[in-house]
Amino acid sequence: MKLPAFDYAAPATMAEAIELLERHGGDARPLAGGQSLMPVLAFRLAQPSMLVDIGRIPGLDSIEIGEDGVRLGARVRWCDILEHPSLRSVHPLLVEAIGHVAHYPIRNRGTVGGSLAHADPAAEMPGIAFTCEATMVIAGRAGTRMVAARDFFTGPLETVIGPAELLVEVRLPPWPAARRWGFEEFARQRGAFALAAVAAFYDERDGVAIGVHLGVIGATGVVQRLPGAEAALEGRPVDAPGIAAAVAAARAEVDPPEDAEASSAYRRSLVGTMVERALAAATAR
Amino acid sequence: MSNPPPRTVRFTVNGKPAAVEVEPRLTLADCLRHALRLTGTHVGCEHGVCGACTVIVDGRAMRSCLMLAVQAEGCTVETIEGLGTGLDEGGAEALGPLQAAFRRHHALQCGFCTPGMLMTAHALLSREPDADADRVREALSGNLCRCTGYIGIVEAVLDARPAYQAGAPGGQPATGGIDRTG
Repeated sequence: MKLPAFDYAAPATMAEAIELLERHGGDARPLAGGQSLMPVLAFRLAQPSMLVDIGRIPGLDSIEIGEDGVRLGARVRWCDILEHPSLRSVHPLLVEAIGHVAHYPIRNRGTVGGSLAHADPAAEMPGIAFTCEATMVIAGRAGTRMVAARDFFTGPLETVIGPAELLVEVRLPPWPAARRWGFEEFARQRGAFALAAVAAFYDERDGVAIGVHLGVIGATGVVQRLPGAEAALEGRPVDAPGIAAAVAAARAEVDPPEDAEASSAYRRSLVGTMVERALAAATAR
Repeated sequence: MSNPPPRTVRFTVNGKPAAVEVEPRLTLADCLRHALRLTGTHVGCEHGVCGACTVIVDGRAMRSCLMLAVQAEGCTVETIEGLGTGLDEGGAEALGPLQAAFRRHHALQCGFCTPGMLMTAHALLSREPDADADRVREALSGNLCRCTGYIGIVEAVLDARPAYQAGAPGGQPATGGIDRTG
């Protein structure tokens, strides 16, 4: 369908953008790469009166790597992450997951901030931010505030970003070089949303896994971790019995909805399989 | 709401400057087709799934249905109309190396998806002239062909690589502009 009518502004500064959003109340929507918002408009699932394009605001497209981790500006595109000379060694889980985002032309325009603000529970970036305990930096009239990922996502397609606020940056905590990790995704077609994906990482000390993080994407309708499966593996060797314990716990603790794509039982089984494959990949790295 | 007034957007299309008056809600795809009469860019699903409308913006393949015309301000846009290499000795439009490879490999049947396939592949080979079959398939995975001619398409793209390895074939030289603001 053709898009509904809306007004458009491309402010040159953050302050101007926030002022525009404020003036239009909840009726204005920020526009970055538009790879989620444009389909939403085409289906007329939203009919904002004004789009505030953040494409002309300087300083939102930087990738910074430091002692405190990785900082991605809101307008960093998927292709910027995939083509970055050192991100694959600095944060391999991020780069691996982003390689699964949609298709080549979408990855050339879709942005980190747009995906996080859209908060689709089947999208890779919200899942990675949640699993890695990222911090979001949100700008408003009074300055910026930091929100932990666990508080940022309030439901499917919902976040704590206010109507006159902009997500400006996501900060991923430091990633030890020796960390073990895996990312496995299952979709019916290349580039389609995941029926289930699992991000897994842990550190190894004296042959056992510590700080086990298991996040599930796409299967359950929300971004979530698998605390039961994490606990089942914590302090244990990541061997066949350890992986089996995590898989069993994961299948027991998820409650996927039934939809046209798959039954609940199928998705539950698939989550276990993704946990198994992600942990197997982690041990092999 | 009543329609906001149109505004002028200026960008470069296939090497030529264009100035167009558009409503903010007009997609780049519809701007190219309706305002600039560049109807080689096809519009299929209009929500970013089929890839028929793929054009190249600032050197990268993008969905022109998932981009507003107003967002193209100052950008360099390449469409299928710019992929040929000008006129041959007989005065006919000459095919670029990728187009010629599509012809050799029968990489199209109905032709609806072909402009999107060509622009995606052109952008890919311009950046990655050594792309292997897996990479080509991955990059084209977002372009749907309902005649299901993917094998010929992938073979054609792979066969066109030497022309890109020798230096990326460019578009047409700039001649005159298009003004559709009046």
